[in-house]
Amino acid sequence: MEHIVIIGNGISGVTAARHIRKLSDKRITIISAETEYFFSRTALMYIYMGHMKFVHTQPYENWFWKKNRIELKKAYVTQVNETSKELVFDTGETMKYDKLIIATGSKPNKFGWPGQDLEGVMGMYHKQDLESLEKYAPNNKVCKRAVIVGGGLIGIELAEMLQSRNIPVTFLVREQSFWNGVLPAEESEMINRHIREHHIDLRLGVNLQEINADEYGKVKSIIIKETGEEIECNIVGLTAGVSPNIDFLKGSNIELGRGVKVNRMLETNVKDIYAIGDCAEQHEAIGERRPIEAVWYTGRMMGETLAQTICGNPKEYTPGHWFNSAKFLDIEYQTYGWVWAKPKENEARFYWEHKDGKKCIHVSFDKNSREFIGINTFGIRLRHHSFNTWLNEKRSVDYVLEHLADANFDPEFYKQHEKEIITKFNTEQQTQITLKKRNWKRIFSY
Amino acid sequence: MKFIRITGLYIFIVSVLLSITTLFMGSYTLTSSSIEEAFSGKKSRVSETLTVVAKENGLLNKTYPNQFSFMEDVKILLNKYNTRITDDLTKERGISSVEKERVLSAATKEGKVIYSQEIINQSLSENKAKLLHDGTNWMYTSNKTYEYEENFEKDLTDKINEINRQLAGEYVLYDNKYTRFDITERSATGIITNNKVLFLFLTFGLGVIGSLMYIITGLFLKPIPGIKNNGIYFNNAINRGWVGIIVFGFLVSFYVLLYFYPYIIANWTNIVDPLKSIFIKNGSASQWFLYGILYTVSMIVMGIRMFIKYRHNQYQIVRTASVLFFQIIFAFLLVEILPLFDLPGVDLKNAWPLDYNFLTDWNVKNYLEAGHLGKFLFFWGFILSLVVVPVLVYFYGKRWYCSWVCGCGGLAETLGDPYRQLSDKRLIAWKIERWTIYPILIFAIVMTIVVGMNTYDIIATPNNPNNHTFLGINAYKINEWYGFFIGSIFAGVIGTGFYPILGNRSWCRFGCPLAAYMGIVQRFKSKFRITTNGGQCISCGNCSTYCEQGIDVRSYAQKGQNIVRASCVGCGICSAVCPRGVLKLENAPNDGKTRHEIPEVILGNDVNLFEMLEENK
Ligand SMILES: Cc1cc2nc3c(=O)[nH]c(=O)nc-3n(C[C@H](O)[C@H](O)[C@H](O)COP(=O)(O)OP(=O)(O)OC[C@H]3O[C@@H](n4cnc5c(N)ncnc54)[C@H](O)[C@@H]3O)c2cc1C
Ligand code: SF4
Repeated sequence: MEHIVIIGNGISGVTAARHIRKLSDKRITIISAETEYFFSRTALMYIYMGHMKFVHTQPYENWFWKKNRIELKKAYVTQVNETSKELVFDTGETMKYDKLIIATGSKPNKFGWPGQDLEGVMGMYHKQDLESLEKYAPNNKVCKRAVIVGGGLIGIELAEMLQSRNIPVTFLVREQSFWNGVLPAEESEMINRHIREHHIDLRLGVNLQEINADEYGKVKSIIIKETGEEIECNIVGLTAGVSPNIDFLKGSNIELGRGVKVNRMLETNVKDIYAIGDCAEQHEAIGERRPIEAVWYTGRMMGETLAQTICGNPKEYTPGHWFNSAKFLDIEYQTYGWVWAKPKENEARFYWEHKDGKKCIHVSFDKNSREFIGINTFGIRLRHHSFNTWLNEKRSVDYVLEHLADANFDPEFYKQHEKEIITKFNTEQQTQITLKKRNWKRIFSY
Repeated sequence: MKFIRITGLYIFIVSVLLSITTLFMGSYTLTSSSIEEAFSGKKSRVSETLTVVAKENGLLNKTYPNQFSFMEDVKILLNKYNTRITDDLTKERGISSVEKERVLSAATKEGKVIYSQEIINQSLSENKAKLLHDGTNWMYTSNKTYEYEENFEKDLTDKINEINRQLAGEYVLYDNKYTRFDITERSATGIITNNKVLFLFLTFGLGVIGSLMYIITGLFLKPIPGIKNNGIYFNNAINRGWVGIIVFGFLVSFYVLLYFYPYIIANWTNIVDPLKSIFIKNGSASQWFLYGILYTVSMIVMGIRMFIKYRHNQYQIVRTASVLFFQIIFAFLLVEILPLFDLPGVDLKNAWPLDYNFLTDWNVKNYLEAGHLGKFLFFWGFILSLVVVPVLVYFYGKRWYCSWVCGCGGLAETLGDPYRQLSDKRLIAWKIERWTIYPILIFAIVMTIVVGMNTYDIIATPNNPNNHTFLGINAYKINEWYGFFIGSIFAGVIGTGFYPILGNRSWCRFGCPLAAYMGIVQRFKSKFRITTNGGQCISCGNCSTYCEQGIDVRSYAQKGQNIVRASCVGCGICSAVCPRGVLKLENAPNDGKTRHEIPEVILGNDVNLFEMLEENK
């Protein structure tokens, strides 16, 4: 029986395993050094915040793996030997494979800051990071202040985590406004406000110079490069992005860039070795997507796709239209299609913000053809199916806004803002569109 | 603010401790007036005789330090009283043993039994002869003959005892929880009964004030609206920690006392007398009134907590307002007010089979004896269960009842909300659920049929009731068993008492027959579903964790599948806690496909690929 070995029990590896099992009877082994069983990395924050226990982050009960004949091994792979088709573990043990799937995910970036390996400095990626956070920042008596370096999605989650235990947070963000490499200025500014409203000490446009230690080698303070200011703190969270976790492959013949190089079939340059999830890097970016996509659903999609290929049904990885979501403290964010931080040459924008300053939508469309390109939505939930269909059908912005009520996904009884949105749109664009009432027939056709 | 919050907590704890203390305060004295009040609903001879018996035994005006020693003597007293009243009545109107001997010897000659109406008439006075004739005429029908004297004697003795018992029936005081409670409540004396209003304030009043201080300060301590589940799993009270265990012990004890030993908490009912007096002049609260007050007040206080906690979520606000409305108006006020107009004091929203006494004889009589309006209310009961319930479930899902109207649900959604995460999400729990809730529904249906037939017999042929059996099952027995195991133990003791252990909906999930009934409709014929938002789910598990019904919402959401489950009560919390906007409760056209099927684009993956994945499923 063919033995499929998967390194990494994250969403991509596990999805691949599950689908291979659905489609075939092959022997499947998943290896991970992090945890015995699959858990949702995205939920790490909720454990520290006390919303959940670790067990709640596990999407499958422990009996699931045996029942589905998926073997689990907890070990760290130090080496891949492609000629003998063998893995070497840190214990010296080895394991044979017929096909190998690399799904090792990411690791936090470190940019060579002085003091970055001190006790009390941590990323927020693995379960072990959570454990060390629990150790160094169990409460605001042990941890009087935390400094977070890097203003991305994980950074703000870490800030929210610490805040839930009333630990004062200083948040160093290199950009002039929060996450403005991705978010347009208006949304970015809204989030700046919201962060400050939560009494998080947000420092924009600053870099970390160095981290200082006390006499025991533990974090004592940090220095800000631009101002030279020293901020005393007990922990430092490094959340300046992630990069593929592939150092252990460096000695092999597998082609590496920033990640493991793969083609659209998710194959590496070595036969029978594949890579999926955060650690895979496309030779050529797909559409406007980045070559490395470190998000949850792409890992899942790659896993599903590769399972097809491995089970004799070769398929290209074809992610559909871009979408994503996040939550900034109390403000939910969703996006469908593309709304770049800065409009491209051909793009026009429409922005509406609610008077309470916590809800907005930002629509991008083609100046000339008026084709809808993408939407950012904050504080209003929108229906994925609707936008996916509208993007497929290349609908105009006018059409999309006319049918906006169909796409509203807020819970019942929520105040709806479509009318206000359309009025603003009509004034700005000198159009005469009217809002169509929600229609189930249409919704189901999306 | 923090100070006020903590003070509130202390005030609340003090009020609870004080409430418990009140049970041990005051003393108990049996007086002629307390006896009279306790049995004012019975023939005056009852209290008169009881007073006499008490006096003879030296129990009258004796003071007891607590309800337990008091009850010891009350038990003895009741026993003696019952013997006395039965004897007295037998002497006056029943058939004494001398008279029995007379009949016996008249009916047996030389070892042969000849029993007939003449024999009776010869042996007894007119009244008594009629009694015996009515009770034993079957013993001398043409097809009944007695070979042996012993058999005859046995039948006769049994019958005569029964006749005598029946004569005494309305005078006998059965030693049950009701009698015990009535007599204890009226015999309580001392500090509490003299200061009811003061104690009402010190217990209930302080409790409400303290908890509101604790709750309302949350508005200022967490000024930004949003889901705030921080620290839930570090909190001893709601994570099966020691505080939770204490609360559990307290709740279970309360239910056991309320259902089975109400006399022990007679002081509490005395404390709420002033509230009862709002409805009836000088009203005396029963344990059910006490329970109603506690229930309603807890719901209001914890409902305010809901309004604050979910103030950003309009669905939660409207839903909470709705359960509070139905509790205050229907379950509490109307139940008190209807009887003032000579109508049965029923909870008009309580639908069969949750209301398992709907067809019990006394209940039906209550309705039928209350004129046209009473009959209409009885009719409404049928309409509610057989038409309104399924039709509304079709349109809105069972949530319209479970989390918008129902009292059990209302308590679960307010008082129980802090415990929602304790429900068991494992597959095994789902299996157990199906093995308990549907059998209970069947039990309820069988019970109702048997009880209903019995009621029908009683009402259709009042002079000739059958032996209360149908399908070989005794109507009163099955009703009593159901009431004990399902109505009291499951719905009360486990359903609410176990909040801190099993979560807030264990009754609704594992026990409620109405939920089972609506669940079947919801699963197979309803417009309601929880729609999943395409590929946005990040499998974080918030939705499953906070599902009070233990539904593994995530297992559907991460596949992009809608949630169509019999047990979903539509509380909407999964949608509220989801950080990615994945879940929406919807009533939409139901053509089967759109409700259940995994839609094509769910993963955001290319359409073609997805079709192919579908083929391979
Ligand atoms: C705090 C946080 C929040 C996030 N929130 C979101 C979000 O909201 N939405 C979203 O789309 N994405 C989010 N992400 C990103 C998302 O979690 C990742 O994209 C996803 O988990 C990647 O999955 P993966 O299967 O590729 O790898 P991973 O989940 O990283 O799994 C790889 C596994 O392989 C193991 N491993 C690595 N090397 C070896 C080796 N040599 N030997 C043995 N085992 C090895 C690792 O220990 C790890 O367990 C978040 C990430 C973090 C850290
Ligand atoms: S539906 Fe929402 S809450 Fe549930 S697992 Fe998915 S993202 Fe988390």
